[in-house]
Order: sequence, then structure tokens, then C-alpha cells
Amino acid sequence: MAKLKDLSKKQELLSGGHRACAGCAHPIAIRQILMAANMPVVIGCATGCLEVTTTIFPYTAWKVPFIHSAFENSAATVSGVETAYRALKKRGKLDKDIKFIALGGDGGTYDIGFQSLSGAMERGHNMIYICLDNGAYMNTGIQRSSATPKGAHTTTSPAGKVIPGKREFRKDMTSCMIAHNIPYIAQAVPSMWNDLVTKVQKAIAVDGPAFINILVPCRLGWGYPPEDTIEIGREAITSCYWPLYEVENGKYKITHAIKEKTSIADWMKKQVRFKHLFNPGNESILEEIQARIDQDWERLNELCKM
Amino acid sequence: MKTLGWKGLPIGGLILEGGTAQQYITGGWRTMRPVIDTEKCINCLTCWCYCPDSSIRVENEKITGFDLDHCKGCGICAKECPPKVQAIRMVAESEIRG
Amino acid sequence: MAKRVAMTGNEAMAEAMRQINPDVVAAYPITPATEIVQIFSSFVADGLIDTEFVNAESEHSAMSACIGSAAAGARTMTSTSSQGLGLMWEMLYIASGLRLPIVMAEVNRALSAPINIHCDHSDTMGARDAGWIQIFSENAQEAYDNMIQAVRIAERVLLPIMVTTDGFIISHGMETMELLSDDEVKGFIGEYKPQHSILDVEHPITVGAIDFTDYYFEHKRQQIEAMNTAIPHIVEIGKEFAQLSGRGYDLIEGYMLEDAKIAIVALGSTVGTARVVVDELRNKGIKAGLLKIRVFRPFPAKEIADVLQHVKTIAVMDRSDGVNGRGGPVFGEILAALYFLIERPIVVNYIYGLGGRDTDMKQIQDVYKYLKIVAAGGLLNDRPAEYLGVRE
Ligand code: SF4
Ligand code: SF4
Repeated sequence: MAKLKDLSKKQELLSGGHRACAGCAHPIAIRQILMAANMPVVIGCATGCLEVTTTIFPYTAWKVPFIHSAFENSAATVSGVETAYRALKKRGKLDKDIKFIALGGDGGTYDIGFQSLSGAMERGHNMIYICLDNGAYMNTGIQRSSATPKGAHTTTSPAGKVIPGKREFRKDMTSCMIAHNIPYIAQAVPSMWNDLVTKVQKAIAVDGPAFINILVPCRLGWGYPPEDTIEIGREAITSCYWPLYEVENGKYKITHAIKEKTSIADWMKKQVRFKHLFNPGNESILEEIQARIDQDWERLNELCKM
Repeated sequence: MKTLGWKGLPIGGLILEGGTAQQYITGGWRTMRPVIDTEKCINCLTCWCYCPDSSIRVENEKITGFDLDHCKGCGICAKECPPKVQAIRMVAESEIRG
Repeated sequence: MAKRVAMTGNEAMAEAMRQINPDVVAAYPITPATEIVQIFSSFVADGLIDTEFVNAESEHSAMSACIGSAAAGARTMTSTSSQGLGLMWEMLYIASGLRLPIVMAEVNRALSAPINIHCDHSDTMGARDAGWIQIFSENAQEAYDNMIQAVRIAERVLLPIMVTTDGFIISHGMETMELLSDDEVKGFIGEYKPQHSILDVEHPITVGAIDFTDYYFEHKRQQIEAMNTAIPHIVEIGKEFAQLSGRGYDLIEGYMLEDAKIAIVALGSTVGTARVVVDELRNKGIKAGLLKIRVFRPFPAKEIADVLQHVKTIAVMDRSDGVNGRGGPVFGEILAALYFLIERPIVVNYIYGLGGRDTDMKQIQDVYKYLKIVAAGGLLNDRPAEYLGVRE
């Protein structure tokens, strides 16, 4: 198990001076990912909040090699980098061991980049794909994605007079990746740094593709005070909105046991994007959401027994 | 950083050095400033781990202060400092600057 | 000793790729370029080369993987056609903006709708402003030769490059041609030494940063300059290739142009047909000429103006249409090239061969016939373009 005291001795690989919002969870997650890496890494990143805020020319916050090409192709781009690495290594032009990490937001992963991610995982590249899911297209001004939770208000699924926010449940992306039968898949939240660091280290150790879905709370799109980022992430875990689990070679495991499950409504109440759901008449939506979470949680527990 | 013309820029929009964002000051975004009471601090490093702006300085496993050039004053450090310790307070910049 | 073989254009391009033995090829099959990828993957499967081959799940991802690979400092190639090039569109601009020397074997094919698998130039012409060097081949021999030169050109000027053939006409047509030996190709292309690589973990670079209004224009201006200054490099590498192979290459190639009164400007396989017609007309004492454009990007405007300035009437052959632009894309470029002359030739535009419509000698003869009438002061209509070989 990693200790903060040891991690603090490593070189800081993401500098300050990036332009993420105050309290943004993206850089927190990235710092933990880079802290976890016990070997040189090369990062690829899809267009999105993270890319835009950390690489405004001529300023880059990255102290590791970084490539961004477009929105829907982080996995494809990194598959090219990883292939080049294998080719050059084979030809004796390179001898270092390097790990490749592709990053994408929920838009770049669940939606527009779904195909390129699927292709790269199927081809078996030796890379980790990490989705930083903040539940909407936050970079362009909070538009709905297929990761947006049911009921959430976004600028393209607004809570209107007749439609109370997003009508559909979110896509279960982690399960989609599990169906790819890759060696390692996990869900994490930066609020549990130790769990996240351990998972990244496990993914790095895999010889082949790995996928980690990280929930990154967004104070702007979710609507909460910036200092609450870590707490709101913690409650995403305890409410079972974002259970911490992993699937290692097909074996499911909950990595953080829930002693006392908190209600999803309590979590939602703290976020402006769900405010309208607490108006009279919307009770059934809250019930539906809670029912789905209970059902998913039960199913996950069943899968862990297998 | 000098604003170069097209003849002087590296090709392809490349940034040839890591971490140049360090030269960009985001401290001006801050309305609240973290202030630490080193007497109270138990050096658990929780705040360091959760700072989004790499703005908490650690030397030899101990918190030595804040990088106020980059700290945006989000308040995460103050909030995540263990409840029994509460070594960090957020103070309004206006109070400090007068 | 040069080896004479019979090959299709696709086979010739795949053979060039085998001899180049790039570090990485990432591609997706599409008619009529599919064979290039097929043949190449069998070279890999049979261990004839040790290129790492990425079977991408789409052309968009193929080009994305090429970008990643080239940014990692690997010699990188791909192949596509038509809709495939269309799907790559976004990434074409990124490849050139990042100044990555990717080499593409592109087989010209019409764009949908209606879906059509045959040759025209609408795919390549649509990509003409994507910042890629574009070289058109007249036959399989040229396709092969151009591919080998392309590696040198791309790596010298740090721009991506597409070498094109005409779908089916060249890609599937069997020809006798000469091959260089593997060693000759290896010696000619040399070793690729990238300036920067994202695999250099000791010197971490950032590729693909975002520019605000303060830098975008400068970065683009720099990229434009790279294209402008590519011209002498292409010429020089063509000359070097001539020394090796005995086959010379320039930006453009005039045929019977020196004293020509009437001339056609064309690209790709049509040049071969037009050459035969020119011979015929010359036999009859008619001063007909022909200009082949080999390099369309960067556009050799000055060189073109130099060789065409004395010609009275010129027909520009476009195998794609601007759809209500003023004529086809080649036409527009030629007019711009000639505009600065004090005495300008009369230039007309022909749109021909869309969707693989056969362009025979008769059609080309008709074009020269019309040029003769116009040269003699005959009727010049004000239509933006004539359509050759289409039913009314
Ligand atoms: S206030 Fe926020 S940015 Fe400043 S040191 Fe604390 S956690 Fe870091
Ligand atoms: S969280 Fe509090 S106790 Fe822990 S290191 Fe930071 S200031 Fe000190």
C-alpha cells in the first residue's frame, strides 16, 4: 500500500499554473495517477477540460511527454504511439520501458470516442485507458453526454417546464469495457486516493490493455462549492452511485466495502444540477433513481460472489 | 515568456519543455487564502494529496507552506484537513491585503 | 540491375512499402485501395518485413494512430481512398499542423452519394487544402517511384504526403515496370532521425497544445512556409532519384509544349491518353501540347506559368467538380497561376470522368478540336465548365 509520505518524495509531474477551475477534480486525479506511476509514462489526451486547461501554448503543466490530437481518438492516437514504441524497440532504437496512458473525458469516452476505444482495446495494445468522467461536456458549457445521470440538468437536457432534466439513465461504460474481456478494469474516485493509486499501479503492471473509469466531480457543472470536491466524490461512493470495484482477469471485487449506504437523494441535494428534482411532483424520479442504484449494487455484489 | 513570431517558434506547435505552466500565475484568481497553523498540523499530507494546483509544499515529509503564485484558493486543503486537526483556515485575501 | 516486372498499381505501391519497410503502418481497407493493405499485411505475416501493422477499426483511427506513431518518431505509412479519406478529414489537418511526415498511398475514387467505387479526383481534391503534399501518378511505375521519393520528401520538409493513383485504371491495371533493388531503396531513403519524439521521456515535450488568438496565426504561417519551401526539395529529390533509377521527376512535365499553340493540362492516368492524341495531332501538323501536373500541392504556379505563357488556348481537365464554384479546382489554380502574365492564354475548363466514366481518345480529340476553334478566334462561351462524356 502506498504511503503519502513516500509519494511526496517523488517529482511533481503536473505543475501549477494550469487553468482548471479552482477545486477541479481533474488535476487531483492526474496528480494521483502520475504519483502512482513507478515507471516512465507517456500521456495521450482527448480534447476536453483537462487538455484545454493544461496545455495552453506556450504553457504546459505536463512534465511527462504529452500528446493530444483530437476529441474522439485518444485511444487510437495512443495505440499509434505504443505501436511505434514496440517497433522502435524491436529495431534496437530504444531500450527504455515505458507505459502508455490514454485519457479522455466522458464525452471522449462514452460518446464520440467509444469506437476508437473499443478498437484499441480489442487490438490489445499495452496501454491504460483512463476515463475522467465528470458527467457532461463541461468544457463546452455543460452539455449532456451519455454519462450524464438521469434527472440532471445540463444545457442540452435542461430542466424545463415539461421535461425535468435528462430523461435517460447513464450508460454503464465500465460494464461495456468489461465485455471487452481485457485483463484489468476498475472504477475509482480521487477522494479515495489510496484506492486510485493502487488501481493505477495494478493497471500499469498489466501486460496489455487496462481501463479505469474515474469519477471527477465538477463544481461548475454539478453546482457545489469548490471545497466540496473531495467530499462529494466520497459520497458518490457511499451512496453506491460510483462503487469502487475492479475486475481482474474476469474476477469482480469490491475494493471499498460500504458500511452504511447513504441515500442518493442526500447526495443529489448537494448539487444544483438536481435541484428541480426536489420540487413537488418529481418524487417518482428520485425513487426510480434510487431503485436503479439499489439494483445495480445488488447485481455487482452478486457478480463479486462468482 | 517572450511572444515569438512565426520564424522563431518551434515547429508544429510543440512545447519543447515540460511544466512551463509554472511560469503562468494563477494566484490572482484567489479570493480566499489558505493559512496553516504548523503547531496543529500533524503532517498527514492529506491536503497535499488533494490540492488540484500542486500548491502545497512538502519537504522531508513535512508541509512547509503554500505556493501562492498558483494556489487558486479552492479551500479543499482546509476542508480535507482531518476534523480533529483543522490546521488550515481560509482567510479572505481582502483581509490580508487590506 | 533493374528488375522488370508486371504489376498493378496497388501491387507496385505495396511493393514500394515493402522495400521502404516503415516502422509502423496503420490502415483500414477500402476499395480500390484494399489490396495495398492486404498485400502489405501478407508481407508482414510472412516475415518479409518487420513493420508493426495496426489493423485500425476505421480510417479516422488509422490516421490517428499514424499521428501518434509519427509523433513518437517512427517512420509511418498508411493507405486509403474516397470515403476513407473523407473519414480521415479532421485528422489530415492535424497531421500536417503537427508537421508529421506520414506517407499515404491514396487511390483516387469518387465520393458518395451516389456511392461509386470508381475513379475521379473528388476525394484528393477535397483534401487539397489540408496541408498535405500531393503527388499524382500517371501509371504504376510512377506510383512506385513516387512512393519511394515521398519518404525522403516528407522527412526533409516535415510535412505529410499523399501519393495518388487513379482507382482501377492504375490501381488494378497491369503494367510492365522496373523495380529497384531492396538495397537501392534502403540506401535512397536512408535512416529517419526525428527531431523530437514523445518517447524521449528525459525531454518531455507537449504535442497538440491549444493556441489562442495569440499564436494560432503564427503556427499556421510557419506551416504555410514549409509548404512553400518544399518545392526545391521535391525537385532535388526527383533529380537524385533520376540518378538512381534513370527515371527523372519534376514538379510538372510538359509534352510537346515548346511550340504548342493549343494544350491540355491534366493529372493522373488521363495524361497517358492525351499523350497519344498529341502524337496524332502532331502527325497532322497541328501544334498541340500537353502539361502534366505531378505535384499539385505545393502548387508549382510559377513553373506552370513559365511553360504555358506562350500557348494560345488551354483546356484544363478536372476530374472533380466544385459544384457551382467557377469551374473545377485545377482550373482555378491554373487561372491564378496565369493571372500575373501580361499576355494571358485563353483557358477553358472541362469536367470529365466523374465516377469512373471512361475518357477515351475521342473525347480528348474533341477537346483539342474546340481549342483550335477558340484559338482561331472562334466562339468562346461563358459557361464555367464543359462536361465531357455526360449524357444530356
Ligand atoms: S486552497 Fe486549493 S489550491 Fe490553494 S493550496 Fe489549498 S487546495 Fe491547493
Ligand atoms: S491535512 Fe492538515 S494535518 Fe494534514 S498535512 Fe495538511 S494541514 Fe497538516
